[in-house]
Amino acid sequence: MLTYNKRQFTENITGRTVALVCAALLVIVVLSITYFIASKGLSTFFVNGVSISEFLTQVKWDPEGEPAMYGVFPFILGSFLVTALAAIIAAPLGIGAAIFMTEIFPGFGKKVLKPVIELLVGIPSVVYGYVGLSLLVPFIREQFDVLGFSLLAGGLVLALMILPTITSVATDAIEAVPQDLRNASLALGATRWQTIWNVVLHSSLPGCLTAIVLGMARAFGEALAVQMVIGNTTKLPGSLLDPISTLTSGITLNMGNTIQGTPYNNALWSMALLLLAMSFIFIMILRILGRKRAVK
Amino acid sequence: MRARVMDRAATVILTLIAILIIGTLVGLLGFILTQGWHKLNLDFLTSPPDIVNAGGGIGPQLFNSLYLLVLTMLIALPIGIGAGIYMAEYAPDNKFTQFIRMSIEVLSSLPSIVVGLFGLLVFVNMTGWGYTLFSGALALTVFNLPLLVRVTEDALRNVPRSQKEASLALGITKWRTIVSVILPAALPGILTGAILASGRVFGEAAALLFTAGMSSPNLNFTDFSLTSPTSPLNPFRPAETLAVHIWKVNSEGLTPDARDVADGASAVLIIAVLLFNVSARWFGTWVYKKMTSGSN
Repeated sequence: MLTYNKRQFTENITGRTVALVCAALLVIVVLSITYFIASKGLSTFFVNGVSISEFLTQVKWDPEGEPAMYGVFPFILGSFLVTALAAIIAAPLGIGAAIFMTEIFPGFGKKVLKPVIELLVGIPSVVYGYVGLSLLVPFIREQFDVLGFSLLAGGLVLALMILPTITSVATDAIEAVPQDLRNASLALGATRWQTIWNVVLHSSLPGCLTAIVLGMARAFGEALAVQMVIGNTTKLPGSLLDPISTLTSGITLNMGNTIQGTPYNNALWSMALLLLAMSFIFIMILRILGRKRAVK
Repeated sequence: MRARVMDRAATVILTLIAILIIGTLVGLLGFILTQGWHKLNLDFLTSPPDIVNAGGGIGPQLFNSLYLLVLTMLIALPIGIGAGIYMAEYAPDNKFTQFIRMSIEVLSSLPSIVVGLFGLLVFVNMTGWGYTLFSGALALTVFNLPLLVRVTEDALRNVPRSQKEASLALGITKWRTIVSVILPAALPGILTGAILASGRVFGEAAALLFTAGMSSPNLNFTDFSLTSPTSPLNPFRPAETLAVHIWKVNSEGLTPDARDVADGASAVLIIAVLLFNVSARWFGTWVYKKMTSGSN
């Protein structure tokens, strides 16, 4: 076997090529997703002649009206509001839980909590939507004497969905803080909380921010759970208890009912393009945070 | 001592947060399981749904979910493992490799609805297949590839260098070494990742609304042909999966017992996800023990 024969040579080359093709496929898929969504999404502006600024800032969405109005601002606002609400609720809880698991009760955290939380990351979003629909919406309806389908319900469901993600990523970040730093702080006479606040949280900050941004990216792109509980009206919300729409819920509900190639349909693809653009923005933020972490 | 009081207060608050989260999450699982428990019988699991009357089951949906899972894994595993091999064993440190890495990152954070819309455009409309299981499997492949590639790459990198060097020193070619030494050693890690990915496939819905469709033909479970439109095995037929069914029943269900069906289906989905998670952990350890014939 010590001689390098021709069969082995071809085998080596073929194997390497097959592996390379598989890897290159990932690039092709990403490029074609971007190309196809963009080419469909841009036709609203270049074929149907809707102005981009009108599309982004108009508050009236009436694609079947005369004249048709394609203002997607209510959807954009809805997506941002619901994502922000989810992050405001989930971020302190998730990071708090991560601190508890690593700093206060590490044995229990590693053996019990971590696996449980990793398991919860895998719960399907329709199940969260279903729980929101059968518990949360009726609860809000009874408490506040409103419809129940609301920004608040959407934010709470999303907060619950992204909580495991935030906790899990933040735990990894906090665990990565070198023990020496903690010991040094404690040796200087700092209390455990002072050490956590000034040393541990400070040096794991990029990691914790990464956890929050990952959670927000997930919340922004989530479609079905949100659609089930937010009510889907295209009016601007006046309060937390008003029903709203998001980009994802608008697409989910209408894509099947519109005809390919019509301006209405194209407008929905433009909304998909906005989602894609937002996900690129989230990735950019994550990359910047990642670089910060690498420097530390 | 202000610091001491702060320390106490922080510990109490963090503990409360942890209790709140554990309580919520355990409550969530408990709620889903207890709500759906009474529906978990053979009749519900095997009979077809009824659109007008109460008492329909989820038989075809359950079958579709499992069949879609198999199809997706048949396509995704070879590509994912191939790309993982490239990234771990061949990828030079250059711009192209960086581009592949970025593509993996982009794919893993794309909202699933965007992947679904891409599938609608390319696998449903451009190919002319219409809503089919196969289109759904391709969309889910896109959705799962990043996870599989990352898992494979990690598993391959974790194989001790000495094993690889021993094989190469015997004059065995690089490709042979990868296939017959490194890959088997990395198998437990890859399998664990594949099972976790399966859990995600099983619960995914948003990407399937636009690719596999929201309806199932009346299936004839005695027909095993691959081409007949009523054959369950035909990959070119529309198929509604369990997760999609939960969404549909909740948002536009006409059945009088829609709530019941959603309860039962959600419980089944959760149990499936739990099984996937537990078996992933258990299976990984088991294969590892088998292969190292050992005491570990």
